[in-house]
Amino acid sequence: MYRYDEFDASFVSQRTDQFKDQVRRRLAGELSEDEFKPLRLMNGLYLQLHAYMLRVAIPYGTLNGRQMRKLAHIARTYDKGYGHFTTRQNIQFNWPKLEDTPKILEELAEVEMHAIQTSGNCIRNVTADHFAGAAADEIADPRPYAEILRQWSSLHPEFSFLPRKFKIAITGAPHDRAAVQVHDIGLQLTRNDAGETGFVVYVGGGLGRTPMIGRQVRDFLPEEDLLAYSEAILRVYNRYGRRDNKYKARIKILVHETGLEDLKADIEQEFEKIRFGVLRLPEEEVRRIEAYFAPPPLEVGSATSAAVEARRASDTAFAQFAAHNLNPHRVPGYTSVTLSMKPVGGIPGDASDAQMEVMADLAEQYGHDEIRISHEQNVILPHVKLDDLPDLYDGLVAAGIAEGNAGLITDIIACPGMDFCALATARSIPVAQRISERFGAAERQAEIGELKIKISGCINACGHHHVGHIGILGLEKKGEEFYQVTLGGSANENTSIGEIVGRGFSSEEVVDAVEKLVDTYLGLRSGKEETFLDAYRRLGEEPFKEALYGAA
Amino acid sequence: MKVITANRLLNGDVVWLAGTGDWVERITLAKVFEGKEAVAEALAQGVAAEDRQEVVSVYAMDVTVEDGVIVPVRLREKIRATGPTTHPDLGKHAQAVSA
Repeated sequence: MYRYDEFDASFVSQRTDQFKDQVRRRLAGELSEDEFKPLRLMNGLYLQLHAYMLRVAIPYGTLNGRQMRKLAHIARTYDKGYGHFTTRQNIQFNWPKLEDTPKILEELAEVEMHAIQTSGNCIRNVTADHFAGAAADEIADPRPYAEILRQWSSLHPEFSFLPRKFKIAITGAPHDRAAVQVHDIGLQLTRNDAGETGFVVYVGGGLGRTPMIGRQVRDFLPEEDLLAYSEAILRVYNRYGRRDNKYKARIKILVHETGLEDLKADIEQEFEKIRFGVLRLPEEEVRRIEAYFAPPPLEVGSATSAAVEARRASDTAFAQFAAHNLNPHRVPGYTSVTLSMKPVGGIPGDASDAQMEVMADLAEQYGHDEIRISHEQNVILPHVKLDDLPDLYDGLVAAGIAEGNAGLITDIIACPGMDFCALATARSIPVAQRISERFGAAERQAEIGELKIKISGCINACGHHHVGHIGILGLEKKGEEFYQVTLGGSANENTSIGEIVGRGFSSEEVVDAVEKLVDTYLGLRSGKEETFLDAYRRLGEEPFKEALYGAA
Repeated sequence: MKVITANRLLNGDVVWLAGTGDWVERITLAKVFEGKEAVAEALAQGVAAEDRQEVVSVYAMDVTVEDGVIVPVRLREKIRATGPTTHPDLGKHAQAVSA
């Protein structure tokens, strides 16, 4: 994985010292809260309902055992013994003290981590497919490009005060696991007829109060133009994006209001001015960065493992885990394993310090010291030998992170909601917990098959509810929590925004409503291979609407 | 009826303004203010405390008093007063048990 060079190390260290001094000045009264707030936000420090919250960047969701162990140490030493993995592949600590944050940032810098640009109107952590570098269907590893974008966007002087935040996602496989079409810029690696690497470029996707699917602006952007073209997009956005209304300030609104063709022309015009300048990517530099992401030495083995098959035959929980939590690896004999942060009835995305230690140990022992965080709030060991799977699984069981539910109905995305978040209008986590308990039986989950439920506690949609097969949005109505349900959303290569099918539900009603939807699907699906989403797309909203609200 | 709430600057803890002028960590110890003038005066005290780097994010919140106990009106404030409902082991409910 990428290692800091001298420049990176001194840059992060300078920022840590700078923030230390800013905290000192704040506590001494030399800085007011109004002056300090933008500074702390630039370092990922929010003030939430109960305490400060520190959001730490995990670039493109990649980390190693040493880094995970440091996160465990921070959770234990400066927080309340746990961390929360987010839908942007980051980790949040919910209880740090202001006075401790400089020390936390120093500790993070020791393992080449930081919290820079995890907040504010700047280019945020670039996210990527969590199976990057391992997936069988991958064209190329997207992380070298994510790293190049990270270097370009870190403290980019022109883009530190954008109209609003800006999120970039990249996938290296045709099957999009990085939700690229709902990002400000979405990049899909592709190859042209000559075999050259390039990108399909989408602009103006996003969720929040105005969900929009990104529009394709290039079907093949050559590799060498990645930074110049990104800079051109950002320049056009920085110049024309609205600053008069926070809710209309994202690039998706600019795309919508300007019109795709005009905006594309603006981008291309800007691009022509700079494409042969300093941002043209030299091939040797791409290959140099790529070398950091060279796969570990993996011996080609058999596509099946006798050890796995034997265990599968004798252990139904293991069989369920093996059926759902493995992703095909490009090297026969290996697999990518999802460690579920969604125990039945648990809090989506939470991991205790002890669990983080175990994940670090297991990654070192069985996973070539590589760990990924997924935007679905799970943890991945991308390179595990099939023969090691039973032993790895035993380690996961002991740590309580062996739920065999990846992609199933209890693998729910949920934002922190009103239990933590100052912006929330309703709670998310308790709804996720109750749904998880209702459908927790292993056979029932397996019978239902792939079903992505995503829950947000406010219109800002951190829980990605718009792209849930079943989406749930928590609002406040007459002082009570109230949940709006959307159906048919998806964030893969066939991205769609879920549709509201009718009036919302009280907190007491919402789990029953989900059950009615699931039962309706089970009754109408053409067979087990037809997923909830496929069935919804085939049948339309009527039968589901009728199940929820009765015949019209 | 309102109480004045804020977060402590140093550690972010949720606090309320007591009759003594101190910031207290239990809503039960807060002072209830009635009438626009009393609330405005209390908020001014809060702003002064912000200027002294004691607290941040000062505002007035609606409460009722039920059997002598101060109860926040909004769910958000109920959760701030007790801690995350998902973590009974953390936040103020945990402190109340250990106290």
